[in-house]
Amino acid sequence: MSDAHTFSRRHILGLADLSVDDIELILQTAESFKEISQRSIKKVPTLRGKTVINLFFEPSTRTRLSFEIAAKRLSADTFSISSVDSSAVKGETLVDTARNLAAMNPDCIIIRHSRSGVPGLLARHVKASVINAGDGAHEHPSQALLDLMTVREHKGRIQGLKVAIIGDITHSRVAHSNIIGFSKMGAEVRVAGPATLMPPGVAAMGAMVCSSVRAAVADADVVMALRVQQERQFDPLLPSLREYAIFYGITPELMALARPDAIIMHPGPVNRGVELTPALADGSRSVILDQVTNGVAVRMALLYLVAG
Amino acid sequence: MSSNSSILLENARLLDPASGLDATGYVWVREGKIAAVAAGEFNQGRLATDLGALARLDDLWRIDARGFWLTPGLVDIHVHLREPGDEHKETIATGTMAAAAGGFTAVACMPNTRPINDSPEVTRLIMAAAVGAAARVYPVGSISLGGRGETLAPFGEMRRAGVRALSDDGRPVSDSQLMRRALEYAGDHRLLVISHAEEASLSRNGVMNEGIVSTRLGLRGIPRVAEEIMVYRDLALAQYTGRPLHIAHVSTAEAVDLIRRAKSQGVSITAETAPHYFTLTEEAVGLYDTMAKMNPPLRTATDVAAIRAALADGTLDAVATDHAPHSGLEKELEFDLAANGIIGLESAVPLTLVLVREGLITPLRLVELLSRNPAGILGVPGGQLAVGEPADLTLIDPQRRFIFRPENNQSRSQNSPFSAWEMEGKAVLTIMDGRITWRDPGDPQFKIGHC
Repeated sequence: MSDAHTFSRRHILGLADLSVDDIELILQTAESFKEISQRSIKKVPTLRGKTVINLFFEPSTRTRLSFEIAAKRLSADTFSISSVDSSAVKGETLVDTARNLAAMNPDCIIIRHSRSGVPGLLARHVKASVINAGDGAHEHPSQALLDLMTVREHKGRIQGLKVAIIGDITHSRVAHSNIIGFSKMGAEVRVAGPATLMPPGVAAMGAMVCSSVRAAVADADVVMALRVQQERQFDPLLPSLREYAIFYGITPELMALARPDAIIMHPGPVNRGVELTPALADGSRSVILDQVTNGVAVRMALLYLVAG
Repeated sequence: MSSNSSILLENARLLDPASGLDATGYVWVREGKIAAVAAGEFNQGRLATDLGALARLDDLWRIDARGFWLTPGLVDIHVHLREPGDEHKETIATGTMAAAAGGFTAVACMPNTRPINDSPEVTRLIMAAAVGAAARVYPVGSISLGGRGETLAPFGEMRRAGVRALSDDGRPVSDSQLMRRALEYAGDHRLLVISHAEEASLSRNGVMNEGIVSTRLGLRGIPRVAEEIMVYRDLALAQYTGRPLHIAHVSTAEAVDLIRRAKSQGVSITAETAPHYFTLTEEAVGLYDTMAKMNPPLRTATDVAAIRAALADGTLDAVATDHAPHSGLEKELEFDLAANGIIGLESAVPLTLVLVREGLITPLRLVELLSRNPAGILGVPGGQLAVGEPADLTLIDPQRRFIFRPENNQSRSQNSPFSAWEMEGKAVLTIMDGRITWRDPGDPQFKIGHC
């Protein structure tokens, strides 16, 4: 990365839009912000006087809280709107909602929505910076960035690592952003999961599609399990969660195929005993809680870079 | 100009696939009918001799159509006029004006209005609104009552009221037995059945073609097999019942192959595609552009190539627009929630002319695809330059360059993925029933005047 790289993105819509230099700058900024959260007074005046709106059209606990903490630690004024109290239930269109929010001059809008592409639609109708906090099955950029940060923290690098992503690749925005992000940063990304949850065109995104979970995990430095949605059983994409756990869950036996220092990741919330055996989720190789900690630092970095 | 005046279009390139005529010549229109068609120079004396006292030359409008193509009026067998029920998108008046501006003299309007056209009452409402419209309107009736795919609509009574074909367009007839019975019963009433080929259990909740782009955008895909399975089923039913079938908006390479094979086996089928299926691929969705959302969805470059080849080799019989007007209320939305469809009447000619310029089809074949075949498929008059036929004529300037601006169109809606495209070639004069229904306001070299 060149020292002179300045961040030029107004919005954070997905990893697909970010250059390697952009990602580097975000990670470095996040690393420098991480220390703030360890102080006794966890607040800096960086975004004082800035208005940040959390617009969540889909239930979320940790992402929403993580963004809110990040904004508050930077001294921004934050406001949260969730789908139950938004105008969506009164029949207002998204574009109308966007125009009304824009009229109140916020500096940054963080949006989570069940429909792919909504953050981009919002960005076209507001002057504020838009940060995608997860849209449908499209992207979840802050999650991939915190995953990149966590891996680099533990491995010292991203370049050349073997990253196995296991599970529902079709519906997982986390998987999509991570495939793009890790391959952009020079890692070898392998994906595996039930064929019903493996969409066409994954290779075009930069991942190697493995025929089995074992093949994906073999010799891996990072093993990332994805959350399985209960409703996939009825779609019909899976016979049962029991079958999933037996044939696609990450177990200690499977981890024995990975590198001895391999780490285990999960975007949360974990279905214990389905995607991961409980012993692995809580074990020494799990970095799941580091991911959560780094989430705040990455989101502080994003807010600072787009609204600072 | 009075309705019974004569119009002489001279020095035009006459294109008539029915007779194979492709020569410079003239067409004389009198009392709403084609009174003369001839190659060569117009000779006033000869016309007077040929037609004797009938030629009242003082009432003759002469149009010097040098450099233009004169074709039988174009016929679009697949449009949505939105009346009754969705007049904020289009009406029969505005939709037929859009048709005329695009060079069309007749359109077949699909039944998915509100209420749906599944009764002679709704058909009569449409026929009444079409009186005095800028194009002939042939309503397509619903196959099933309410479009619900359960029981047959009253084909016979709808036919008497004006319906010329049947379709549940917008959704498939999922019940195979109902489709079979529709083919059988439609034959009794000389009605063509049009198939909207879609296997709903595969396409359900899909919003674009399933493939690399849908994965990248995180959008639910519609796999190509959803179309192909239904095309196959309907071809099989057409063969089994021995009844003619027309397949709407073909979009995949495999569907084209199935149709080609069935035709070679002598099955009585015809098929259409729309300009967007031979012009655009799924990449047009870009970053969730709802103007590129339609059903069937835009496919891949392989499909586009197959459809172009099929238009050239005769596997596909017609170009129809699937003109589907929507307002911002239905299009400025989340991609998942936006309505399917685009307007097409005023961009069909320039987009089809691209195929001519690329050497893929001849000008005569273009007229076959846009006029002769659609008229034949629907079983309505027109589609040929012949003495005694209704004077439905289209004059095309094949070289006219312009920027396509939906906001300047005649249609009430602007939902087009071709906005701001540089186009070449358009209809500059449209005559329906001897009456000028469209005259391009911007044509500098267009001469029209008294004899």
